[in-house]
Amino acid sequence: MSTATMNVVEVPSQVARPQRRDVSFPRVVKSEWIKFATLRSSWLTLFGAVAAMVVIALVIAGSIGSKWSTLAPADAAPSGVLQGYFLAQLLIGVLGVLFVSAEYGTGMIRSTLAAVPRRIPVVLAKALVFGGIALAAMVTASVTGFLGAEGLLSQYHHGVSLGDPGVLRVVVGTGAFLAMVGLLGAVLGWIVRSTAGGIAGLVGILIVVPVILGVMPGTWGKTVAEYLPAGAGSAFTNSVHTTYMLSPWAGFAVLLAWVLGGLLAAAALVKRRDA
Amino acid sequence: MIEAHNLTKEYGDKTAVNDLSFTVRPGIVTGFLGPNGAGKSTTMRMIVGLDSPTSGTVTVNGRRYADHPAPLHEVGVLLEARAIHTGRSAENHLRAMAATTGIGRRRVEEVIDLVGLREVASKRAGAFSLGMGQRLGIASALLGDPDTIMLDEPVNGLDPEGILWIRNLLKGLAAEGRTVFVSSHLMSEMAVTAEHLIVVGRGRLIRDMSVADFIDSASTKSVHVRTPQAAQLRSLLLRDGVSVSSSDRDELDITGLSSDTIGKQAADAGIVLYELSPVQASLEQAFMELTKDEVEYRAADTQSLTTDHQELAA
Repeated sequence: MSTATMNVVEVPSQVARPQRRDVSFPRVVKSEWIKFATLRSSWLTLFGAVAAMVVIALVIAGSIGSKWSTLAPADAAPSGVLQGYFLAQLLIGVLGVLFVSAEYGTGMIRSTLAAVPRRIPVVLAKALVFGGIALAAMVTASVTGFLGAEGLLSQYHHGVSLGDPGVLRVVVGTGAFLAMVGLLGAVLGWIVRSTAGGIAGLVGILIVVPVILGVMPGTWGKTVAEYLPAGAGSAFTNSVHTTYMLSPWAGFAVLLAWVLGGLLAAAALVKRRDA
Repeated sequence: MIEAHNLTKEYGDKTAVNDLSFTVRPGIVTGFLGPNGAGKSTTMRMIVGLDSPTSGTVTVNGRRYADHPAPLHEVGVLLEARAIHTGRSAENHLRAMAATTGIGRRRVEEVIDLVGLREVASKRAGAFSLGMGQRLGIASALLGDPDTIMLDEPVNGLDPEGILWIRNLLKGLAAEGRTVFVSSHLMSEMAVTAEHLIVVGRGRLIRDMSVADFIDSASTKSVHVRTPQAAQLRSLLLRDGVSVSSSDRDELDITGLSSDTIGKQAADAGIVLYELSPVQASLEQAFMELTKDEVEYRAADTQSLTTDHQELAA
């Protein structure tokens, strides 16, 4: 025997290998759940978004209770205390971008797509895992913030309950809106494959473009803005209905169409492009 | 078993891989050798479906990689660029990879021990040294206990102990009957690791032969002589089929004659020799000779400098 063969590393024998399983969608979902759960940054950002909703709701309630008679109708409405959504949408949206773009940034995507070369299950599993987590966290945050705020306001006898007409739709709708913004972030992550680009795109679509459309002369800009994600969201997250606003369910349908259409486009691109 | 048929990949008007056909057989380590930019990484990415070929096909164990129901059990791959999220621990990275294919926790622990990452398994992969990162990549590749293992430049950045470890690991995997395909731009590394070589340059196949044949065919032998009577010996030996060059006043490099013949003729002519030694061209030189027209990026020619130097010395 030569010395070369004596140095050979012992590799666990193939004889004893356990039963082999195939790639399946539930397994890809489990993998994506492990990926989300094992990054500290996931939980920190998610916590930030929840805290934004709850803390800002309490701060608003604490400051408006004593000057109720001077408030504009929109501020006194049930959705008035949920204005933390403005900060929370950025946090949850960035988290959605990162859940995808960080895989491209670190090269992890090559490991991911080598394990699941059909690729489409990865896009769907990421959406399912992230959408589920975001929906649970954001609805919880919205309901908690609302109940806390109304608890404070009831001391001034201005509180409303979740059971009052249209209130549940606004409170749960705000949570659902935030989850869908998170999914739009993930879609942007797939499309632009970079964290900076994804965040810029998200801020552009959510904030910059609606503002620009709003200051356009005439009414066309405002009409178009109704159908953008932010405009469609405001239709079911506001208690007070204004002009240039879709009906609540139409707004919900439009935003859902953005998310589903985006995922479809993302899946098509991921399938076609080299990784 | 990996089979490539007329594999071609174009990026715009640049052809990274050009009509490449080869077969990687089980049971031996096959080296994939070529200068930087020769298309090795692109070829490997096409094998596991990360890049799609412009034309041609490549199959693993008789099927397109993506058509296997459990790809991790077919091919374990280490790609050149790191393919690991830096914020996740080694163990969690492997758990996430394993989950896609229903590979259990026990196998995850097994490969961690196998590559020697036990002590740092719960540390963030971003804090790993290059060598530890390579070991984690290899752990990933072995996760599915695959019949084919493909590693892109696995010894890059490793210390000597790590290099030896990889060599022995690869030989061990091949000895178990697996297909082992390893790329490198270092001929010397392939010479001690691989049994078979697929040499590429600028995306084209240059050689597909055993390492032993490669060494035989590529080595040009010469004889180095040091003598105070260099001019005399040169005129004695020069004839058809023999070439003599000189790098110093009393040194000659002779090709076309054996050292025995040179020694005998020098003795007959009464020429004193201080040194007479056969020189075998290094594998690295042989490799460079073979790929000299296929190197994509080359430093400015240094030949003219040495020529000037020789003239000064003469």
